[in-house]
Amino acid sequence: MSYPTDFKYTKEHEWIKPDGGNATIGITHYAQESLGDIVFVDLPKPGAELTAGKTFGSVESVKAVSDLYAPASGTVTEVNGDLTTAPEKINQDAHGAWMLKMKLKNPGELNALLSSADYEKFVAEQGGH
Amino acid sequence: MIEAILSAVETTQSVRKTALNAVHRKLGAKMVEFNGWDMPVEYPASIGCGIIAEHMAVRTGVGIFDVSHMGDIRLAGSGALAAVQHISMNDASRLAIGQAQYSALLYPQGTFVDDVIVHRLGEDEYLLVINAGTREKDFAWVRDTTREFDCAVENLSDDYTQIAIQGSKGVHLLQKLTDADLSAVKFYWVTRGAVCGLKDVLIARTGYTGEDGFEIYVPSDEETSTRVWNEVLEAGREFGAVPCGLGARNTLRLEAKLPLYGHEISDTINVWEAGLDRFCKMEKPEFVGREALDRAKREGLKRTLVGLEMVERGIARDGYKVLDGSGTEIGYVTSGSPAPFLKKNIALAYVPPEFAVVGSGINIEIRGQAVKTEVVPTPFYKKPKKN
Repeated sequence: MSYPTDFKYTKEHEWIKPDGGNATIGITHYAQESLGDIVFVDLPKPGAELTAGKTFGSVESVKAVSDLYAPASGTVTEVNGDLTTAPEKINQDAHGAWMLKMKLKNPGELNALLSSADYEKFVAEQGGH
Repeated sequence: MIEAILSAVETTQSVRKTALNAVHRKLGAKMVEFNGWDMPVEYPASIGCGIIAEHMAVRTGVGIFDVSHMGDIRLAGSGALAAVQHISMNDASRLAIGQAQYSALLYPQGTFVDDVIVHRLGEDEYLLVINAGTREKDFAWVRDTTREFDCAVENLSDDYTQIAIQGSKGVHLLQKLTDADLSAVKFYWVTRGAVCGLKDVLIARTGYTGEDGFEIYVPSDEETSTRVWNEVLEAGREFGAVPCGLGARNTLRLEAKLPLYGHEISDTINVWEAGLDRFCKMEKPEFVGREALDRAKREGLKRTLVGLEMVERGIARDGYKVLDGSGTEIGYVTSGSPAPFLKKNIALAYVPPEFAVVGSGINIEIRGQAVKTEVVPTPFYKKPKKN
């Protein structure tokens, strides 16, 4: 699986796609594969404030619940409602099935995140897939 | 975000492996530690697997499980029946040779050492199939509790690779591989026959999925185990058989309300609370736990196991709190999960009996929020009656 080079990644397996002062976020292909069948996502509403590194919601597979961590700080502007009724879209296309869009508080925060090459290396060290 | 799943164990010496471990890894299974065993939780989507697909294969066709982590204790000798009667709550005297029954081993206080399947293999020979996490405890307990009886107690847990072939098409799959007439073996009966060229293999029409199915017990050497596993999968190809992991095993047993040790039953939960009355024969004059159960029955139930279905959005999970309408904690969830076949989110929970009214609403606390559920009849899923 290739990881888009215009995304940044967290070690907690979220991706963020910056677009000027805004960004789109989701979870990675590695995350969906590790989770297995995703059956539920719990996301904040537009207007919610996210803080980098803090939890903002959760994603559930058949087997387990996992917290989602904000890759950057900012304000939620849009939530992908499709995922409420069809969370399996994350399994089908993790890098296309975005969770939310946000207005970044400090775009400079993204510099601290992993590039696609670094993330791929990180994932390989996690033991395969 | 995925530490929970990635407790996937690096194989260390303390983690035990079944003879099929390398086979699971080669198939690309996601491995996890379960009760000290390195076991497949699910197989990859690339071979048509994943918990939901594996679950559906069993409900609509057939799935294959490695359940070699289960333990086996053999009791044999002239006092074997008396010993089994003493240590188990069901009535083993009702078993014909070749018949099996669900039962449990109890502590004197009427709580669970383990639940077991008791197979009567011969005139004076019984086989108890026990849980993985309680293997050593169970064996020591059975050995120590049967000393006064004239019977040998053997731990055969390491002797068998146990493969479960589960689902309505399992009978057709296994019939291709054995000379035993499976149509003559009823549910909860056992027979012996040649399987994959191995003589005298124990074939039990049992399982832990709520479906018809078989469990076969073959020698636990890696070569034989691998060959049989592969032949079973190959024979199942025409029936759409897939390998299934512990993830699907758990969702399947939950839909069928089959108890899991450490969840619905444990050393602090008694038989009445667990609702296993029909497997507990109080008309037997004596068995370990009987007196305490008699007393508990007179005193009345303090809590009982109920089935819940989520009404609002959310999934109840093991250990979540159960709340009454005013937000007071009244119990806890023992098992909770999406039910892949029923396409509902279901749970089992212990609550005081006054809350166990089918159709009534109670809440589950999910991440600090009270989420509505309804008490529903159980089992959640019942296999369709044969025509």
